[in-house]
Amino acid sequence: MTWKQRLSSAIPVILLTILTIPVIVGYLWIIISTFSTRTYGLVPVDREGKIGGLTLRNWAFLWEDKNIWNVTLNTFLLAVLLTVGVLVISAMAGYALSRISFPGRKAFLGGTLILHAFPSVTLLIAIYFILRQIGKIPVIGKGLPVIGGFGYDTIGGVAMVMVALQLPLGVWLMKGFFDGVSWDMERAALIDGCSRLRVWWEIMLPSIRPGIAALAIFTFIGGWGAYLIPYTFITDQERSTISAYLQSLQGDTAPVNYSNIAAVGIYQLIPVLIFFIFTQEYLLSIFSGGTKGGT
Amino acid sequence: MARSTSHAGSPTGTRTTFVDVLRRMSAPLLFMSPAVILTGVFFFAPVVILFRISLTDMSSVTGLKNYSMIGWQNYRTILTHPNTLPILWTTVRYMIFTLIFFNVGMALVVALLSTHIPRRAGFIYRALWLLPRLTPSVVYIMMWKFIGADTPYGILNRHVLEPLGLPTANLVSTEPFLFVVLTNGFIGASFGMIVFTSAIESIPRDYMIAALVDGCTMWQRIRYVILPMISWPLLFVTTYQTLSLLTSFEQILLLTDGAGGTEVWALWAYHRALSNYYGNFQWGFGAALAMILVAIGIVMSIIYMRFFRFGALVQEAKIEAL
Repeated sequence: MTWKQRLSSAIPVILLTILTIPVIVGYLWIIISTFSTRTYGLVPVDREGKIGGLTLRNWAFLWEDKNIWNVTLNTFLLAVLLTVGVLVISAMAGYALSRISFPGRKAFLGGTLILHAFPSVTLLIAIYFILRQIGKIPVIGKGLPVIGGFGYDTIGGVAMVMVALQLPLGVWLMKGFFDGVSWDMERAALIDGCSRLRVWWEIMLPSIRPGIAALAIFTFIGGWGAYLIPYTFITDQERSTISAYLQSLQGDTAPVNYSNIAAVGIYQLIPVLIFFIFTQEYLLSIFSGGTKGGT
Repeated sequence: MARSTSHAGSPTGTRTTFVDVLRRMSAPLLFMSPAVILTGVFFFAPVVILFRISLTDMSSVTGLKNYSMIGWQNYRTILTHPNTLPILWTTVRYMIFTLIFFNVGMALVVALLSTHIPRRAGFIYRALWLLPRLTPSVVYIMMWKFIGADTPYGILNRHVLEPLGLPTANLVSTEPFLFVVLTNGFIGASFGMIVFTSAIESIPRDYMIAALVDGCTMWQRIRYVILPMISWPLLFVTTYQTLSLLTSFEQILLLTDGAGGTEVWALWAYHRALSNYYGNFQWGFGAALAMILVAIGIVMSIIYMRFFRFGALVQEAKIEAL
């Protein structure tokens, strides 16, 4: 390879790197910041402004801050509820749409696609009222332990809303996954007298395990980092999520304390990064799974 | 004998009774009901409810009981409201800039670049571009706030503006619109990037190689072979992201909360109805604002599905790494 060829094949890489700089810089900053007293730009400094000042002090929030564990539990609960809800309901509906013929099937399929494209965020105002109404239902409205019920100002309510808004994508993906499973085992089982439910549980679901894993990871990450819906529908500080908590921290601190807040940020980011590093193929498959844009 | 699940009438050959229909429907009913119920309650019911509220003057002044139906009054107010045109213009500008430079522009550039370098490296860059979308929004915006923060803390001020001797300031406050476009852009670009990469990689290798053999330079091949062959995904991403941008406001809420001329229509509706913006919740007026977006959303969603035959774009989902 001549130096000219080498140069021209390096150009795309150079260009790409330049374009990707904001992303790289942003994450670099937050990592450096959590371990510094303060940062001047990307450079860690100590209190006097000299370079250095590396510290683990920022992580003291883990034991000093009374709220953080509460908030973490809430967020974890929300993410788990969301993931289980989306997986189970999408898997059920996806199976029926893929394998059972019933009146209205085509309408549901078309409806799912339209709903997926529809901006659900515009409905928040109306959903607010719906949640308030649900909150009035005895017991499951507001009285359940841990998740607090399914009404307004509860984790259960927020989870239910988020499950519903993710269903179009989930159902569509699940249907796609089921479509790819061969008919043979299923037909054999049905001929031998298996009920649909059993076929679904014992044959179909295991066959699409990678798909389920991908959707589970993707949904969990979404639930873990959710801000708008928990923020809008939960007013009780005790029940808020890490995102809402982190945002409120930024509201009343001067920029100097950014390193403290950055530590909380990384704390929230760690699970996401772990999933991202180890399950990349699954995540990418979700994004491309429904849109194999061909010519 | 197997319990038949076929649809050729009941097994004994007599007339199908209601019980037979029930039995046949029991499986699909069981499987479909949770999804149907949830989408009914949280997609369809809200549209109706939103419309109804938009015809009232409900606010925290009237409370939830003492409101009155005022017909199209809210909509008429919107038409004559002093904020309407500026906010509309901000929304349109935001959509156009983010779309052209990032959601389509950068997406295309990154897709093209990452498919012209070794595969492994391509994965890594595309994965990096996916990271903003996966990051919790609050953390992501916090990064950007710090990128633009004032000296000596902010990255841009400290490492770029200062060394060049240029005046420094909190860039998020001085250039809010720019940062709104940037923050949304880096998230938005990842969708188009994946669609375009898929599309580029499904172009038959023969065309790509033939073009080079026939003496095309890289640029000519991009312009005359690749771009025409991905025109359909290009159009799709453009229109899909248009709707997406029209209604997205979470990042703007977090970054500037609408200050500095960055209030977009969706944020205006949210502020009016759900945050104590004007000292009270104006549900009726906010609902009217939102209803306009809902109407646009419904129309555009239906157009996509028919015009783009989205169903045709969806092929069997296979789990494979990009």
